[in-house]
Amino acid sequence: MPGLEDLYKEIILDHYKNPRNRGELECPPAHRTEGFNPLCGDEVTITFEVGPDSLAKIRIAGQGCSISQASASMMSAAVQGKSIEEVRNLSAQFKSLMSIHEQAIASPAADPASTTFELGDLEALKGVVKFPVRIKCATLSWNTLLTGLDELDG
Amino acid sequence: MTLPPNLKEQFPLLSQIVNDHQIVYLDSAASSQKPEAVIEAMNNYYRTFNANVNRSAYEIAAQATEAIESSRSRIAKFIGASSAREVVFTKNATESFNLVARSWGGQNLSQGDAVLITDMEHHANIVPWQILSAERGFEIRWIPLTPDGHLDLTHLDEMLDGVKMVSLTAMSNVLGTLNPVREIADKAHAAGSLVTIDASQYVPHLPTNVEDLGADLMCFTGHKMCGPTGIGVLWGREELLDSMPPFLGGGDMILDVRKDGFTPNELPHKFEAGTPPIAEIIGLGAAVDFLEGLGMDKIREHEVTLTRYAINALGNRYGDDLVIHGPQDASERGGVLSVQYKNVHPHDLSQVLDQSGICIRAGHHCAKPLMKELGVGATSRASLYLYNDENDIDAFVDSLEPAGEIFAL
Repeated sequence: MPGLEDLYKEIILDHYKNPRNRGELECPPAHRTEGFNPLCGDEVTITFEVGPDSLAKIRIAGQGCSISQASASMMSAAVQGKSIEEVRNLSAQFKSLMSIHEQAIASPAADPASTTFELGDLEALKGVVKFPVRIKCATLSWNTLLTGLDELDG
Repeated sequence: MTLPPNLKEQFPLLSQIVNDHQIVYLDSAASSQKPEAVIEAMNNYYRTFNANVNRSAYEIAAQATEAIESSRSRIAKFIGASSAREVVFTKNATESFNLVARSWGGQNLSQGDAVLITDMEHHANIVPWQILSAERGFEIRWIPLTPDGHLDLTHLDEMLDGVKMVSLTAMSNVLGTLNPVREIADKAHAAGSLVTIDASQYVPHLPTNVEDLGADLMCFTGHKMCGPTGIGVLWGREELLDSMPPFLGGGDMILDVRKDGFTPNELPHKFEAGTPPIAEIIGLGAAVDFLEGLGMDKIREHEVTLTRYAINALGNRYGDDLVIHGPQDASERGGVLSVQYKNVHPHDLSQVLDQSGICIRAGHHCAKPLMKELGVGATSRASLYLYNDENDIDAFVDSLEPAGEIFAL
């Protein structure tokens, strides 16, 4: 359908139909955090285990639209095995990719001098910014994971 | 016997082009479009007699005051109120509910009491009670649903025990269900409870009479009934409103203010603190005139016919691939069609339909407890109003199939 190719790219639909790392880990030892998109009712539940130097395991549960579910799936594949610092960095990069209004708000993690990572599949979500109401769908899982990491730190 | 043809021409927005298509507006349960008459009435106020109300003696101020009081009287008559003093202007139905909970509830509810609501309420009729309950410790009970989307009243008598307020919707904004409000109100009154009705989805679509409904208080909003946003109504029986303490404090709601206290104003001004939304009240008055001009019985008849057409068209085309939540008989419901089509998520469905200029709502419709009962996170909702026609339904029905193809597993 014209106009929608940028949004519903093949790789996004693939992650939606075949979500990676689906499920829930046992808590404890895993940490569990939930996120809600109040506008459309999307819900994501993330369980993850932090190892000595990395986010060792992550599982995604919940329900929502193709964008929120695909984004969560892509995120799980991108962050599993990475150090917490790398995860935070990647998340800042992804959120800056998704931001149309917040670019002016400086975030230390988004410092261009800091190491950049390959966003890989995540790049496919770039088209979402053309559909501003859907940005929250794409960032829901990332914000939820960050909340979870903060809870562990706190 | 039917509505006049070409009604759409009276709604400037409905001729707009969106994404290269003439707009197909199927989201009137969220907010209706506005006829020229309403836009013009508001415009005319700003252009010719804009002044504050209830204060000054000069000509245009008197004209503005007269205009809002005239609106109040017409709205009172429109809902069968016995006096214009019973019509309180608020910001929206949500504020009306907060007024009821805070003012009446704050005075009358405490530990050991109960408020009875239903599983199909809008958050506006849930959260104000929850906020107050957290402070005052009364119980909130929920009337459950039957599988076909009606209220399950089997245990109503037991549920009413100890209840001081039954607060329920006359028509569900998700299921379209028309509830047997009068039957429930009679039982509630017999059990010593008052009754508040959420008529936000009812007043715009059906002839409304507060006496016939058996209501003590009724909340509705202007923007779903061809009026502007920013204006809602709380109707209440005069002696009940008289017994309730003020809600918001400030200008207009007082007779006297001294250093040691204040004396509240008379009804309805007691509940209308501050400069009211004057243009919006005038706009709502014009909306009521517009609806009365068409005839509420004809509007209802038009919507029943169109809802039946839509249910049949969707069923014939998609069969088991499509679920319509709520009652299947158009005479038992309003023109609110919450659907699930194949595995397409509502948010995705509305995005795809938008490419054809079709506006439907996707989400939880401010009814998360109901979503949970239905076992879904969200629904796609197409909702009809007086200006919709069979072409709009056809466009909606036709557009589902391509959406299904994108997300086919």
